[in-house]
Amino acid sequence: MSEYSAGRSGFPPAYLDRVGSSFTDFLAAAAPDLLPGRRPVPQLPVGDVTPHGTTIVSVTYDGGVLMGGDRRATMGNLISSRDIEKVYPADAWSVIGIAGAAGIAIEMVRLYQVELEHYEKIEGLTLSLDGKANRLAQMIRGNLGAALQGLAVVPLFAGFDLDAAPGTTPGRIFSYDVTGGNYEERGYAAVGSGSLFARNSLKKTWRPGLDGDAATRSLVEALYDAADDDSATGGPDPVRRLYPIVYRVDAEGAVRLTDDEVAAVAKIITDERAAAEGQG
Amino acid sequence: MTMPYYASPEQLMRDKSEYARKGIARGRSVAVVTYADGVLFIAENPSSTLHKVGELYDRIGFAAVGRYSEFESLRVAGVRLADVRGYSYNRRDVTGRVIANAYAQTLGEVFTQQLKPFEVELCVAEVGDTPETDQLYRLTFDGSVVDEPDFVVMGGQAEAVSANLREHFLPGMGLAEALRVGVQALSAVSPATSAGNGGPSLLSAEQLEVAVLDRRRPKRAFRRITGAALRPLLDRQEESAAVGGEEPHTAAHSPSVPQPGTPAGLGEPSAPDSGGTAGSGGEAPTT
Repeated sequence: MSEYSAGRSGFPPAYLDRVGSSFTDFLAAAAPDLLPGRRPVPQLPVGDVTPHGTTIVSVTYDGGVLMGGDRRATMGNLISSRDIEKVYPADAWSVIGIAGAAGIAIEMVRLYQVELEHYEKIEGLTLSLDGKANRLAQMIRGNLGAALQGLAVVPLFAGFDLDAAPGTTPGRIFSYDVTGGNYEERGYAAVGSGSLFARNSLKKTWRPGLDGDAATRSLVEALYDAADDDSATGGPDPVRRLYPIVYRVDAEGAVRLTDDEVAAVAKIITDERAAAEGQG
Repeated sequence: MTMPYYASPEQLMRDKSEYARKGIARGRSVAVVTYADGVLFIAENPSSTLHKVGELYDRIGFAAVGRYSEFESLRVAGVRLADVRGYSYNRRDVTGRVIANAYAQTLGEVFTQQLKPFEVELCVAEVGDTPETDQLYRLTFDGSVVDEPDFVVMGGQAEAVSANLREHFLPGMGLAEALRVGVQALSAVSPATSAGNGGPSLLSAEQLEVAVLDRRRPKRAFRRITGAALRPLLDRQEESAAVGGEEPHTAAHSPSVPQPGTPAGLGEPSAPDSGGTAGSGGEAPTT
């Protein structure tokens, strides 16, 4: 009988005994084998034989926050996926993007999504945005051993702060390092192999108080610049109709922009650059 | 050490049942009613934080009566089971039946093994893609599980509320109509209304906890209806009650011919009360 289905005698004791509203804490007691951080760490570096996700960019704007990611995953010098999705809604008001070892990262995102929903169902309340950011830091911390063997996972977290004080921007961005360090970013942030180029691009195009359309353009352009200079970041791909994934989080919640919307923005950028005689 | 008196197993079970029944009947009632777009939960509950109704999973809801601490720990266990299963398999692999079975086993075990049985009665409701696939499981303190059609009433004067609902329930009612029927049935026996110690004839929004599992919602079907959203729905029903008196039902609410796949006795326009509580499934064996 597996640990995670009710046995003949109903709920195993851990289901009824412990009080707590964290799904991860509960799994640690009831089914620790399901947690990503509880597995033995590989003895040799395995970074080159697992797919790695690359660049994620997030920017704030006057009504909230945007997050986007390119569609490429690499394995050593190979492209292992052209259509991977690396930005996900974490709950109704926040999004998470991941760079690093794709397998562990996607597992972590799933766990994190359940964690937030679980808390919501048990407590009847949504965690505060800072609480959500903190919880994610704890998950990353648990992965440090694997990170040192080439399986680092570095997320970017952004959300709409329902408790934001008047006059402050409700869209907030949090970045992380492999040790679980949690830093709130001002205005914009990028992680992954192309983040250096994306940040440089944002430095020139992003300004405080941009509206939604201008911020979307700024974000897609940053991803384009990252793809221009970083081999592990994919650019817009009109041949296969693959475009960056972009989520917008505003007072209405998190929504994914349609491929057509992103394609239109990407086309404007590529057309402008082509018009500049390829010097853009 | 004192020797316990001998008591026959029958006597023990009878005593436990009586104890649990009394505890459950002391509280206020909860009605779980199916309507056109899903399942409606109505609880008489003056507290806005100590819920009797909750979300278990995407399409699955929970309602309970009895001792709060006991059903709350069962609710948490249900959420955990659903989330662990959904996480380790897939979200689609979490069904109301699995959770209802776990509750039945746990309640049955507590009832037979522990000195004090749980004083709770639960309902696990699941909405499907069509009204025919909606499921209501009623779980009693001894671990019996019954798959009920149409509606479930638990706690307080459940018999009286049930009889009232049986008279007025029609399959395929809209949300406002189902709420009207449910609130009217709960109000008829509530001590907080004119049926009890004087006061208004119907329970107000502050005395009610209302939630729905709405099959039209994309992922998580559960939604609480509180405050600003609940009051207009209740006002509408007071008006219709004032205008239409005791005969608000029109043919529009009942299908002129039974829907395909409707069990015999349901959806008969000439016999609106035929869709009562005739349990379709037998009682599951208790452990």
